[in-house]
Amino acid sequence: MAVTAIGDYPARPRDGVENFHGNQMVIVGWDHHLMIDAPMAFPLPPGMPFGALVSEVMPVAFSAHPEWEQIDWSTVVWQLDGEAFIPDLEASLEDNGVGHKSLIRFVTPGLDGIGGSGS
Amino acid sequence: MANRINMRDRYKHMTRLGWETSYQPMEKVFPYDRYEGIKVNDWNEWEDPFRMTMDSYWKYQGEKEKKLYAIMDAFSQSNGHLNISDARYVNALKLFLQGVSPLEYQAHRGFARQGRHFTGEGARVACQMQSLDELRHVQTQVHGMSQYNKFFDGFHEFPWWHDRVWYLSVPKSFFDDANSAGPFEFMVAIGFSFEYVLTNLLFVPFMSGAAYNGDMSTVTFGFSAQSDEARHMTLGLQAMQFMLEQHEDNVPIVQRWIDKWLWRGYKVLSLVSAMMDYMLPESPMSWKEAWEMYFEENGGALFNDLARYGITVPSYAEICAKEKDHLSHQVWGILYNHTAAAAMHTWVPDDAKMNWLSEKYPDTFDKYYRPRFEYWRDQEEAGNRYYSQTLPLVCQTCQIPMGFTEIEDPTLVAYRTTEYSGDKYHFCSDPCMKIFTDEPEKFCQAWMPPQQIFQGNCGGEGLPAVLEHYKFNLGADNMDYAGSPDETNWNKWKGLDGAGDGQVKAS
Repeated sequence: MAVTAIGDYPARPRDGVENFHGNQMVIVGWDHHLMIDAPMAFPLPPGMPFGALVSEVMPVAFSAHPEWEQIDWSTVVWQLDGEAFIPDLEASLEDNGVGHKSLIRFVTPGLDGIGGSGS
Repeated sequence: MANRINMRDRYKHMTRLGWETSYQPMEKVFPYDRYEGIKVNDWNEWEDPFRMTMDSYWKYQGEKEKKLYAIMDAFSQSNGHLNISDARYVNALKLFLQGVSPLEYQAHRGFARQGRHFTGEGARVACQMQSLDELRHVQTQVHGMSQYNKFFDGFHEFPWWHDRVWYLSVPKSFFDDANSAGPFEFMVAIGFSFEYVLTNLLFVPFMSGAAYNGDMSTVTFGFSAQSDEARHMTLGLQAMQFMLEQHEDNVPIVQRWIDKWLWRGYKVLSLVSAMMDYMLPESPMSWKEAWEMYFEENGGALFNDLARYGITVPSYAEICAKEKDHLSHQVWGILYNHTAAAAMHTWVPDDAKMNWLSEKYPDTFDKYYRPRFEYWRDQEEAGNRYYSQTLPLVCQTCQIPMGFTEIEDPTLVAYRTTEYSGDKYHFCSDPCMKIFTDEPEKFCQAWMPPQQIFQGNCGGEGLPAVLEHYKFNLGADNMDYAGSPDETNWNKWKGLDGAGDGQVKAS
């Protein structure tokens, strides 16, 4: 559908990637760990290696969770924009197919939140 | 002395707004009530339900406000703020002044606008009267809370905050959406959905919360506003019935607006749910109980009445029914995460409150939420109060951080995503996504707080620059209640344990 308007109503998206000063917005959510209240968003250069996202960026958001230290990264199951996904840690976000406002979800098998509560 | 004319004639002479224009055609004078697609056969069917003239309005409201201000003065002179249950309660008032009072002002503007744009004179006069009520409400609320502003943090920049601070984008964007719609949609949005259907879920929690917690100033405002609210509800319902009775083609349009605006209102009220269940030291009822009474029972009866027009209960009522066991806990968790960037305090509920929550939410609180709070409490006691260091993704429609879960699995965030014009958009729920896909041109230009911060439009990079842009008094307006100047002062005034350490938490 389209908006009903009294005149022209051109679409003017406010959050195009061109407004982010060379960065793109990347979203990361940790399933079953809702102590971290929501998926977190980061402005990141598209050339950043995926490994740097994991080792440098994600801890800022998630390391306060008591299960962060227990993660066995070899068992982590990743999802990118709704599809199963195996990241190449050496390659850039862009080369991994991570675009502007892409959503990365990860599941940590065996870790189900504080006391198994999903928190 | 001149003869006095009777009330009926006086009303007629003092509210003459309905004449056929001759210099310009009517459709050019009143273009805005035509483009939305609502068909009107006879504007005379919409009579002004208030039938008040300006002189009687001034007289009646003037008397009412004299009484209100007398009580507020007495409250101030007797240091009434010392009689509240606990200083934590004041955070409910902060949320109200920051988030709700500016909406009263927005309503004033919105109804003034509709008071110009409807062709029918009854509709115009009624909207103008409601516009005045709304202006009085924001004024009396600001006056009523000025007493608290003298003694507590978190009040001083409320209009500035309303336009900028992330969680206030939730109520602000709600009303901006209504005020940028046409006049008929505005009436369904504000007059019907908000004032008629959802108003009890806003005002009863705040006003009965005030009564339970010894805040006589706010209770008095509530009583004073009540007679106005009754008129507003009448107008909202009448506007609805008018649209539905004028032409059957109006029914699907109205149904879509009801679906949109009850959902948008419900999402705004999720902030109220957290206030009810967590901020009020003494709780008159839980969010779940309020939802059952005011939406499921009262709203159910209303929709039974509207069924004869072909209007049905929104399909997402089932989502709300399941979510009522989770909503307040999830929203309090969101606020707790991001309290460093909020002009109010949050805290971990104490044992008595957690037990009350277990009793009110037997199926969910202990299973999903208590472990989180107990962990946070342990961390706090170890001197390690958890604050989120990053910015959350917020829903493109309701603008609340995406902390809401799938109905079938309360441990999984509900993600909904769509693409429009080459960009991705994320939503907390199916109804929020549908609102976007119905009007993508409108919602793709939404002012999203995290995106705006990333784009450098909120003072600069990093939290300190953003908080300075917000004009927070750091360590006073924000952060946990424990260690706040509010807590220190309260303990000192009341002679409670913990008084006098004088430690203001550094930011």
